Amino acid sequence: MSPAISTPANDINESRLQVLKGAYSYASISDKISDIVLTRPTHWGWVAAFSLCTALTLLFVVAMAYLFYKGVGIWGIDIPVAWAFAITNFVWWVGIGHAGTFISAFLLLLRQKWRTSINRFAEAMTIFAVAMAGIMPILHLGRPWFFYWLAPYPNIMNLWPQWRSPLVWDIFAIGTYIIVSILFWYMGLIPDLATLRDRAESRVKQIVYGLGALGWRGEARQWRRFDTAYLLLAGLATPLVISVHSVVSFDFSIGNTPGWHSTIFPPYFVAGALFSGFAMALTISIPLRAIFGLKDFITERHLDNIAKIMLVCGLIVAYSYVVEIFMAFYSGDEFEKYMVLNRMRGPYAPIYWVVVLFNVVIPQSLWFKRVRLSVMTLFVLSIVVNIGMWLERFMIIVTSLHRDFLPSSWGMFYPTFWDWAILVGSLGAFGWLFLMFVRFLPAISISEMRKLVREKKEGEL
Amino acid sequence: MTEDPHTAVDSEAIRLRLGDTHGATMWRSLDEIGETSAFGDYLTQQFPRFANQFQVDRREFLKLMSASLALAGLGACTREPQEKILPYVKAPQGAVAGEPRFFATATTLGGFAMGVLVESNMGRPTKVEGNPMHPASLGSTDTLTQASVLGLWDPDRSQVVTRKGQISTWENFSSALGRQLIGLARKQGEGLRILTETVTSPTLAAQLQALLARYPKAQWHQYDPINRDNVYDGTRMAFGEALDVRYRLDKARTILSLDADFLGAGNARVRAARDFAQGRGAGGRAAMPNRLYAVASSPSLTSAFADHCVALRAGDVENAALRIAKLLDLPVVAPDAVVGVAEDWLAACVRDLQASRGASLVVAGEAQPPFVHALAHRINHALGNVGVTVTYSEPVVADPANQGESLRALVRDIAAHAVDTLIVIGGNPVYCAPADVRFGDGLLGVPLTVRLGLYEDETSARCQWHLPATHALEAWSDARAYDGTVTLMQPLIAPLYAGRSAHELLAMLGGGTLRSGYDIMRDYWQEKLGADFERGWSTALREGVVTGTALPEKTVTTRGDLPAHGPAGPAGADDSSLELIFTPDPSVWDGSFANNAWLQELPRPLTKLTWDNAALVAPALAKRLSLQNEDVVELTCRGRTLAAPVWIVPGQADGVVSVSLGYGRTRAGRVGNGHGFDAYALRPSDAPWFSRGLQIRKTGKKYPLATTQHHHAMDGRDLVRVATVAEFDQNPQAASGPRHATIPIGTLYSPFKYDGYAWGMAINLGACIGCNACTIACQAENNIPVVGKAEVARGREMHWIRVDRYYEGSAHAPRTHFQPVPCMQCERAPCEVVCPTEASVHDSEGLNVQVYNRCVGTRFCSNNCPYKVRRFNFFQYADENTESLKAQRNPEVTVRMRGVMEKCSYCIQRIANGRIEADKAGRRIRDGEVVTACQAVCPTQAISFGDLNDPASRVKALKASPLDYALLGELNTRPRTTYLAKLTNPNPDLKES
Amino acid sequence: MNPQPILPAYGLIAEFADDRALVDAAKRAHAEGYRNIDAYAPFSVEGLSEALGFRKDRVALIALLGGVLGGASVYFLQWYTAVIDYPINSGGRPLHSWPAFIPATFEMTVLGAALAAFFGMLILNGLPKLYHPIFNAPGFDLASRDRFFLCIESRDPRFEMQETRQFLERLAPLKVAEISN
Repeated sequence: MSPAISTPANDINESRLQVLKGAYSYASISDKISDIVLTRPTHWGWVAAFSLCTALTLLFVVAMAYLFYKGVGIWGIDIPVAWAFAITNFVWWVGIGHAGTFISAFLLLLRQKWRTSINRFAEAMTIFAVAMAGIMPILHLGRPWFFYWLAPYPNIMNLWPQWRSPLVWDIFAIGTYIIVSILFWYMGLIPDLATLRDRAESRVKQIVYGLGALGWRGEARQWRRFDTAYLLLAGLATPLVISVHSVVSFDFSIGNTPGWHSTIFPPYFVAGALFSGFAMALTISIPLRAIFGLKDFITERHLDNIAKIMLVCGLIVAYSYVVEIFMAFYSGDEFEKYMVLNRMRGPYAPIYWVVVLFNVVIPQSLWFKRVRLSVMTLFVLSIVVNIGMWLERFMIIVTSLHRDFLPSSWGMFYPTFWDWAILVGSLGAFGWLFLMFVRFLPAISISEMRKLVREKKEGEL
Repeated sequence: MTEDPHTAVDSEAIRLRLGDTHGATMWRSLDEIGETSAFGDYLTQQFPRFANQFQVDRREFLKLMSASLALAGLGACTREPQEKILPYVKAPQGAVAGEPRFFATATTLGGFAMGVLVESNMGRPTKVEGNPMHPASLGSTDTLTQASVLGLWDPDRSQVVTRKGQISTWENFSSALGRQLIGLARKQGEGLRILTETVTSPTLAAQLQALLARYPKAQWHQYDPINRDNVYDGTRMAFGEALDVRYRLDKARTILSLDADFLGAGNARVRAARDFAQGRGAGGRAAMPNRLYAVASSPSLTSAFADHCVALRAGDVENAALRIAKLLDLPVVAPDAVVGVAEDWLAACVRDLQASRGASLVVAGEAQPPFVHALAHRINHALGNVGVTVTYSEPVVADPANQGESLRALVRDIAAHAVDTLIVIGGNPVYCAPADVRFGDGLLGVPLTVRLGLYEDETSARCQWHLPATHALEAWSDARAYDGTVTLMQPLIAPLYAGRSAHELLAMLGGGTLRSGYDIMRDYWQEKLGADFERGWSTALREGVVTGTALPEKTVTTRGDLPAHGPAGPAGADDSSLELIFTPDPSVWDGSFANNAWLQELPRPLTKLTWDNAALVAPALAKRLSLQNEDVVELTCRGRTLAAPVWIVPGQADGVVSVSLGYGRTRAGRVGNGHGFDAYALRPSDAPWFSRGLQIRKTGKKYPLATTQHHHAMDGRDLVRVATVAEFDQNPQAASGPRHATIPIGTLYSPFKYDGYAWGMAINLGACIGCNACTIACQAENNIPVVGKAEVARGREMHWIRVDRYYEGSAHAPRTHFQPVPCMQCERAPCEVVCPTEASVHDSEGLNVQVYNRCVGTRFCSNNCPYKVRRFNFFQYADENTESLKAQRNPEVTVRMRGVMEKCSYCIQRIANGRIEADKAGRRIRDGEVVTACQAVCPTQAISFGDLNDPASRVKALKASPLDYALLGELNTRPRTTYLAKLTNPNPDLKES
Repeated sequence: MNPQPILPAYGLIAEFADDRALVDAAKRAHAEGYRNIDAYAPFSVEGLSEALGFRKDRVALIALLGGVLGGASVYFLQWYTAVIDYPINSGGRPLHSWPAFIPATFEMTVLGAALAAFFGMLILNGLPKLYHPIFNAPGFDLASRDRFFLCIESRDPRFEMQETRQFLERLAPLKVAEISN
């Protein structure tokens, strides 16, 4: 997979201008971005999207209320398929978060200039996605009001979590992940909040943004410590990209269920996470740049690079699919063999083949530059991959559980209305948060863009 | 609390409770309760949070009032009756000593007694165990007996006397009856008819005789939809008199079942299963294991266990029997060949029968016509089995008259207006009479119809008077077991409602005076036990049997004039039309258990269906008619039509559609109404068990059926391990050794030490007949909730121990294997490692315990359990509102709430009780002292439980057997529950078809 | 504009158009012997803090400590609760199942380091500090947009109003202003 990894680096020299189009000064670029939140009137597209997401968010709330009132029985889960949509959503949402961290942290360490204009909203995407993910395991508990029993705290029962359970690891992984993501994101925001503070007309905004800016002055020593801390956070967030989804994959690979109990799961899941995450980054950035006229900052160059990374991840995922099949037969384990054949030929076979089509076959079109540079195609493709990756998680969870060891206990899972309500609702809530974000905070890092302008002036780009 | 709310709302309360416009009669009783301030205090005790609301909220108060009246009733009644009832003294097998007390009594089915010990917690009967001293039980019981305790607490039981559907009282009834009796006395009881179920109770029989003596022209009719007419007619045909037939399966080495299900049905099924398992050599290789041949029209527990089974239409069994008789050179006219049975099969069977002369046995099914029974008697006689494996005695029942005829006679007289007083005691004839008898029609024309019954059911609806009957656990009575042994049935609890027993009703009939069942019983037995009555009485009560009441063996002589062939001549063979057969339902029997939720949800042993019956068809037939499961078909037989869903059953005889009785109830109660279809609507009185000429029409509709098992093949996985005795003799590992190469399983972890007790279980698949008794016993012991059809259909049933059923071989003649699966109590429990909250942990004795109040319901444990024995409360399944059901629960077992996981705990509460007792005596728990519910109930003693650290324990010995293996052992879960591979004993001359 | 000698000013501030000028100015001021110098820029300018003689920030060290603390404490917690405080046989696994203790330990190491880095940075930077005299400087709001400022504080021993102002004038800034206190 080496070519794809190295391509972004090479292309930068070849198409330098594309990272930042147009001739901007420090002033103009600051104004252009800050005006989106300060002065620019609300775009109809935003209003439309916002109302839709609000409606779906309400559905989400209703579904949760009914769930808490009645119990998880309102879902289609049963014995043997005790996990289904909630956990599928959980894995999928966490995965989406990973692209954000990868862009803002990993690419920062790699000194990828093109990350500058997309890292801010990518981080926001991470935070909101992980928030959605964080809700799911709580919803799926039989007694959600006791979710905190998974966390270690001194209690009268004198009991502690059972540290060998991957679900406890999840608590730490997801908790750490969301906290670090928020720190990283907020820290990057501080100088920009200062900009907004200084440029806001209304007193209210001055105060609000001012409080957020913590009195940032942009003094040289402050900048110096800021840079170090920022770099450190990037360095710390990068391993999280690997570890968090590995831990998530342990929820399955630690178990003994055929189709779960496999050592390839951590890399398999991480790749899948980035795959769907970057797809989501495209799904978001393409309309974003259109609606808020950010095409100079989020250029085809960015889309192209994201597409290339998707291609790489997609290939790793495809490889994992193959290895799973190979190992099943190579190991000679009758249960594993049956599981693989059941996926391909059993009652859930259609899902398996859709997954292969969406995650393996269709993404191969990304080998062609023409596809990578056609914005519309990319948008459609990103949605295809999002669906494909959700289905993949569903396939891993449900088709493994529904026929495991004892044929006498085999069963089926059929989703109910409430299963769908939770899924669609979480999409709505995610969109709602994101729309609020782009409306009230700079979706692109202003201070880093100034730096980009300078580098462009100095011909360093 | 002030009085005025009472007086203000009493009338309301009456309407609310009784839906009765002139409930004058109830006023009194209500006032009695209402005006005592004690009742007020009682309310506030029961519902503290309402205490201050009585003045304000009328609606709330009414709800409260009605609830509390029921509660008050129960509260008052959950005590032992005043009369002296005597606890069981010997610590019974299957019951741990401790807080609860055990009383010996009996439950009856079709009149025949099953001796039981009933566990009573603070006067509340909560659990039924078998009575080791009772011949029909020997300590074990069956599903129906286990469920009887739920029947006692059923909130839908009738609670008051009603006249034409309106509340009345016993006083009103007795005065009405008194008036009628004057008239009856005048004409010597002409027009008085009493209809009962099968009667074995000596006291009741005596009462009836006395009554008939008093009213010479009165008549007593008996009808049970599932009766032994064929048995008695068979002996009449063979010996000229009605006799009861007893089989000694433990002594039989070759057994041929002619469509008989002695393991699953029949009046001695539990004893039969025990004896049969003994003959099979339960727990290992017997010196001479018995061999079972079965001819079966529809798969039964017996045919499923058979070493050789052929599926044959019920009507063709006669030919098979004739053929066998012929091969034994009996003077019969037999067909040269029997369609559907290979000649060499019959020949091999006959050779075996002869080889074990005097130790062989031929059993004719109760559904088979008298001629087949007579033939069986003859064959047994010819084989010298009489007196050894089969014995005869005077009939156990009070009157062996043909019940079908008896009912028909009654209906004729009703139609002819020759009946002016009809007393229906028990049963439910309006519902379960044959379709052509139309029992219900004439009833309205009878001047006085009285019904004594547990439920206000279909029959009550057509009678003027409905009298609430007492439950078997509420009343004094007696009953005979299959061998005649009498059990004095003592009440565990005073009647919950205004119920009275048959004895008390009959006492009212004769002389109209009101006498308690207790006095009636004592009077009867006074003379029977004679001198030293008191000791005899108390011993009988303690032990649950009246010694010396078993009927003596009777030597019989076969009549010379036996017909050489059946009434229809060598019939059926050419007739290729479809055959409709009727079977007792394994759960609701004849319909009398229809309102029992435990039984409704208990998977049927072979179909694994719950909550419904279905028209069972063979795979071949389904293929021909392109039928699939749940397809609704129209069954038309002899002009009567019924729509029913189809269920395909391997091993069913091709050309046979079998339907089970007891479903399609309309007035069973909240649980039983509207499930399944009513097979009685097709049942002709002249051929109550099977008839030809059935037509099937596919309607194109579907009717959803809820099954607990969707896959029936083991897919090459060695889950149930089987070997023939021959294979075992060559290589003892033949069965237990895994089919694939054995991998020595090591471990990186230093094993935990279990110094105290190390509990373990061994389940002998060679003995398991798949009767499901363990499942329901566990349900009763561990307060396992019922979830209902819809939830079962979604795969959410809650049973802690299930019996998996797998098929092997061809679809028309499959080999059936049963495998009870409780929690395996793995030492390397996969469920524990993944539990984040330490709700699933290991205790110091190796139990894999589930801490309900620590469980948050991640369900990870269930995903990670390869045996899928964990059950989850997806909703609030446990009924927290119905008072009577609360009273039924085992006080030693937590009632689980919504959102927590639950599973088999090896009956940890029983272990705890055992430990307490042992500690008090300062010793270790003895082997066999702690018995799990499933182990106690098992008729074949297939389940053994004990301490693996005790070198002398039975379970330890069994695990040392070469047959011992761990289910899915290759997963290195180190289960404490292991299995003994199944040993079959097929005839080497016969190749598997 | 002549200074009011009554209340001493916070300092003098010079405004520049780009970062290079600012860096030079900072260097010169430092060479001149000024020590209480602050340089303000709308983005982090390379070499600026060095020009002010600011060599090393201790954020990395703090982060390291935070990480070690986080990891060590959670591993200890796991060991103590699973082995000492409430030992439970879970699936027959050893009480001290160290491989299973790694994930939480790793995550908490990261979290500890991240928190330390973030709050360490804030504290060292003296943030939050919503009021600062520098905000009184005319046109300072542009410091977060496109202007670069150099400020010499009056508390600097070498600070002398006229002299320092002349020194700053010599750096060819856009303008020089006095910051009231």
